[in-house]
Amino acid sequence: MTTNPIAIGAGAGFSGDRWDAAGPVVDTLIARGGSAALVFETLAERTLALAQLARRADPRSGYEPSLEHFVGPVLARCVAHGISIVGNFGAANPRAAAARVRALARDQGIPSLRVGVVEGDDVATDELLPDVRAALDRAHPDRPLISANAYLGAEAIAGALQAGAQVVITGRVADPALAVGPAMAHFGWRSDDWNALAKATMAGHLLECGAQVTGGYFADPGMKDVPGVADVGFPIVEMGSDGEFVVTKAGGTGGVVDARTVKEQLLYEIHDPAAYLTPDVVADISAAEVGELGPDRVAVSGVRGHPRPDTLKVTACFEGGWLGEGEISYGGPNAEARARLAADIVKRRVGEGLALRVDLIGVLSVFGDDAGRALGERADSGAREVRMRVAATHPDRARVERVTREVLSLYTCGPAGGGGVRTNIVSRLGSTSCYLPRELVPARFTILD
Amino acid sequence: MTARLVDVPLHAIAHGRTGDKGNRSNISVIAYRPDAYAVLVEQVTEARIAELFRHRRPTRVTRYLLPKLAAMNLVIDDVLDGGVNDALNLDTHGKALAFMVLGLTVRVPVALVPAGYPFAHPSSHP
Repeated sequence: MTTNPIAIGAGAGFSGDRWDAAGPVVDTLIARGGSAALVFETLAERTLALAQLARRADPRSGYEPSLEHFVGPVLARCVAHGISIVGNFGAANPRAAAARVRALARDQGIPSLRVGVVEGDDVATDELLPDVRAALDRAHPDRPLISANAYLGAEAIAGALQAGAQVVITGRVADPALAVGPAMAHFGWRSDDWNALAKATMAGHLLECGAQVTGGYFADPGMKDVPGVADVGFPIVEMGSDGEFVVTKAGGTGGVVDARTVKEQLLYEIHDPAAYLTPDVVADISAAEVGELGPDRVAVSGVRGHPRPDTLKVTACFEGGWLGEGEISYGGPNAEARARLAADIVKRRVGEGLALRVDLIGVLSVFGDDAGRALGERADSGAREVRMRVAATHPDRARVERVTREVLSLYTCGPAGGGGVRTNIVSRLGSTSCYLPRELVPARFTILD
Repeated sequence: MTARLVDVPLHAIAHGRTGDKGNRSNISVIAYRPDAYAVLVEQVTEARIAELFRHRRPTRVTRYLLPKLAAMNLVIDDVLDGGVNDALNLDTHGKALAFMVLGLTVRVPVALVPAGYPFAHPSSHP
């Protein structure tokens, strides 16, 4: 409980993020002094279902596979300088992740690390499954459920930190809650301090994708140039006791924090700007402003908060059948016509009953549609280097394998000059969302020491 | 006297980013200069966005205006062929779609276009 500011840095913005990003953030937090936390967001919608499948195969797994690579390089310095670490590394098995971090600490000669584990997000339990099934009603009633997790808020994270945890490991929580938790614990906010929680939520929102607010995922040569983009630094938020905050970044790194980078990330994955729903608060950024205070320093103001929803969002994942893809390239005169013919051949061979998506990479692909309407309306553009891709999905693996085999056989049976066939078949996950009354979801924390 | 107008991609005066949740995409469009915001409001309409994504069969386009940020947030329902888990697109998230919006043609006073902007359309309008 203090009015001294807190600095919160981001160590990762997704499971595939850079392992060396957190180091400069921690160096900067140490140099700055004062209270600080480091947050890692590594859990996408589907990641949790993959983790659940991994846990079924091995009860000791089911958490973030790169955990030690993210935490290992900074753990000792964070502990030595009192920097809290909060991450949703736990995925489907927060206790196993906590055990891994404690083993990591022992290996590094760190005595008696206090690790907080946040649980209760898993609602695919015997007790709650009937409620989840009822809430899902119309969506995927027949497919086997792999996972169902509620998005928890910041309270259990804050509780674990106030109870002395040096590292807090969660499963599914709302991404911004990873940063709201340390702020809530530090300032002693009540759970109905809506304005402070909303500001901290937007700070967490700006941190949750790592470099996306510091010049990552931003560069557009000639229009939005980013200095030192190959060495983009990760963000740090400096927050006061009312939740007001400034966005900056790790020192000695590339990248940029300015009004443009902050605006892009502020609106990222937002729907109604007046009602950004989270488990902790309904944040309202409809009157938010961003102000450049100096190089790589941007203040965000005007964020307001409204009472939190009575329900928690639940994401449920199902087995989603198989995805098959095949690609082949054509070049030179009449290349596009040969690529289009190749697609027609595969369609004829596979026959009716299995919808194929066709892309002509280099002509029309990511902007097209699965039904092929846009491609069908477009005449041959005369492209001289084209990669034809077909994709199909089906519950039966043999059906999609038929498609990839037809692409492979284009080598000898297809149009002239095709090369570079690649095929791939992967299992898919489906997901859907529903809402549960928050009192049904038993969010809690445990301290392991 | 009226300013000379020129047709350019929206990209000349605005930037943006796509986010996705399920089968819904949100695309921010942010004016580089505050005085370009009025062009966005006038010309980047829900109807034009619905037409741009017609082949994807969106069920609804909602435009939220953020004048204090000189920005708008376009929320497009059912535009991702099912989204990250179900679409057959290489880009199942639709992350590239912000640049599809930035390819829309807008007619703007020439003073709003950065000097040397390379993608201006050949026809200009007095």
